[in-house]
Amino acid sequence: MADTKIAVRDLYKIFGEDPQRALAHVRDGMRKSELLEKHNHVLGLRDINVDMTDGEITVIMGLSGSGKSTLIRHLNRLIDPTAGEVRVNGENIMEYGAKRLRRIRRRDMSMVFQKFALLPHRTVLENAATPWIVEGRKKADYEAEATRWLDRVGLEGQGPQYPHQLSGGMQQRVGIARALTSNSDIMLMDEAFSALDPLIRTDMQDLLLELQKELQKTVVFITHDLDEALKLADHLVILKDGEVVQQGEPQHILTNPNDPYIVDFIADINRARVLRARTVMRPGTDAAGEASGQVDADATLEEVIAQAGGDTTPTFRVMQDGRQVGTLPMRDVVRALVPTAASDENTDRVA
Amino acid sequence: MATYDWVFDTLGLRGWCDGAGEGGAPMSMGDLLSQTGSQPERSVWQTPFPSMDALNDACTAFPQSREVTQGLEEAFLGVKDTLSYVLDPITQPLSWTLRWALEIFQATPWFVMIPLLAVVIFAVSRSVGLLAFVVGSLSALAFIDYYDYAMQTLAVIAVCAAICVAIGVPIGIAMSRSDRLQKVMIPVLDMLQTLPPFVYLIPLIFLFSVTEPKLYGIAIILYAIVPVVRLTNLGIRLVDPEVIEAADAFGMTDRQKLFGVQIPLALPNIMAGVNQTIMMSLAMVVIASLVSAPGLGVLVLRGIRNLELGVGLVSGLGIVILAVILDRSTKAALARVNAAQKN
Repeated sequence: MADTKIAVRDLYKIFGEDPQRALAHVRDGMRKSELLEKHNHVLGLRDINVDMTDGEITVIMGLSGSGKSTLIRHLNRLIDPTAGEVRVNGENIMEYGAKRLRRIRRRDMSMVFQKFALLPHRTVLENAATPWIVEGRKKADYEAEATRWLDRVGLEGQGPQYPHQLSGGMQQRVGIARALTSNSDIMLMDEAFSALDPLIRTDMQDLLLELQKELQKTVVFITHDLDEALKLADHLVILKDGEVVQQGEPQHILTNPNDPYIVDFIADINRARVLRARTVMRPGTDAAGEASGQVDADATLEEVIAQAGGDTTPTFRVMQDGRQVGTLPMRDVVRALVPTAASDENTDRVA
Repeated sequence: MATYDWVFDTLGLRGWCDGAGEGGAPMSMGDLLSQTGSQPERSVWQTPFPSMDALNDACTAFPQSREVTQGLEEAFLGVKDTLSYVLDPITQPLSWTLRWALEIFQATPWFVMIPLLAVVIFAVSRSVGLLAFVVGSLSALAFIDYYDYAMQTLAVIAVCAAICVAIGVPIGIAMSRSDRLQKVMIPVLDMLQTLPPFVYLIPLIFLFSVTEPKLYGIAIILYAIVPVVRLTNLGIRLVDPEVIEAADAFGMTDRQKLFGVQIPLALPNIMAGVNQTIMMSLAMVVIASLVSAPGLGVLVLRGIRNLELGVGLVSGLGIVILAVILDRSTKAALARVNAAQKN
């Protein structure tokens, strides 16, 4: 298993006049609504513990007001917590002074914003080169690097334009290029695709996955869209009212939701397109004689159903790297399409 | 006798009142009138407000209201020497700059000055129409021999507006970064803006010699600096918070953020402030001609004093022309800034 890149430990955030006093109430178990009513403080985050693994995409999902944007801003300390730690590469960044903090923001993490947040008075090239310009480098130094990343995100020849001359999707490509140009290991994406229209959003998700396959960065992605979360996530964290409701491998959360909130949430998704053969299969190599074919472990149920031609009788061998890892009767496939009620199982299976 | 006699009687202060005698304040017209005849009976409806003068009627030891203004005047005269001892050397460069600018603007021959202004205006506005208007209207002013006055006015405005920007923008930036400073400054700016412009002149006349250009320079700057301070503060506060967040997230220092993000993004607002500041200095330069500010204002003043209708109207029109020139060229520059960075 890969190393933990960012570890969030016992993180609390309370907004208001006297957060420390309110913190005591929260630790005693006061709820968000009660805290607001009695003490006029807003509970942003309560007791967050998340490990973000090196080279994976961690998606933090929740509706508006769930604290997801607050959480991601703790990772580079755009917001300081009321209590708790954020460890990056094993160091608690809460202990950093202004100078160390600036350095980690320049070298180790970059950020993509929902409304792009480009500098309107600078060209696309200069925007993409922001991390280098911040370091005081000249155009001769950064031009090649920034152009390379602009080309990589599909903006060939747009360097001399100004951001307002580009469409929303292209502006966000500049935002991504800006984050990539810093060559940092960590990329924080705050609802990066939420302001884009659906077709472009899909394009951008594909672009991100493609880049991720190549670059293996530690990506923290915030979204309110479950489909997007399931598509991108290696590790999914679901927030509600500032608390983690469930976290784990997305497939596991889908089949074992532990909270009515999540059950509601996943009720509307197209399970056939999201669930994969390895999630539904019966593990083991007992070569059932009646196996009528084989499917890849990462195939979606939609693909399995297509392969069976709609027939519910056959059983497939599930293959991974040329080896059988399980069997998959079509009856299980069909059963998996019916949404599950909240299970009592609270332990998260390690992905 | 007087309406409020009973106040002093009941308080037992009658002795103090009479003890002071009549020697206190100088006699007012009212006193003289009341001595000439018996006072008419007052009905309840005519009861005066218990003002200082009304109380003085009842008790001569009580100060009259004019002593308030007189006291203020005396207090000002008391600190005047110290104040001008400090302010005189500090503000002396303003006098030098104004004299120097007036000399330059007037010494430069018209066949250099008009093309030079044309080039500057074209450089900031890139508009041929504006260029033609400026050359045409300046030539027209020169044709009726108002060129020198117009140049004096321009020189004064150039110096004062430049100083307003040089001082006002940093003050605006400081205000945008500190809520406490903003709280203190806003009433001051409100006062500067609403105080009738003539009122500025009064204390300045006491402080500085009327022959010194800085006298009107300070008056113009105080009056005209308000919009550039206000709009700089506002402009920086209105910069999209997400862009500021992005600047922080990429590890910009405060300095990089200020010069690389906040000021450039606030520039449209700052430029609008500069435009207003120039317009207000033009308004003030006319009033300041009362305290020897040279230029078209002097002619306006002459028009009023000597009832020379034609002179007054034509010089007023000249000021309008200058206003249009300055306004259009700063607005054209503003439009270019806006076009370069619309979202």
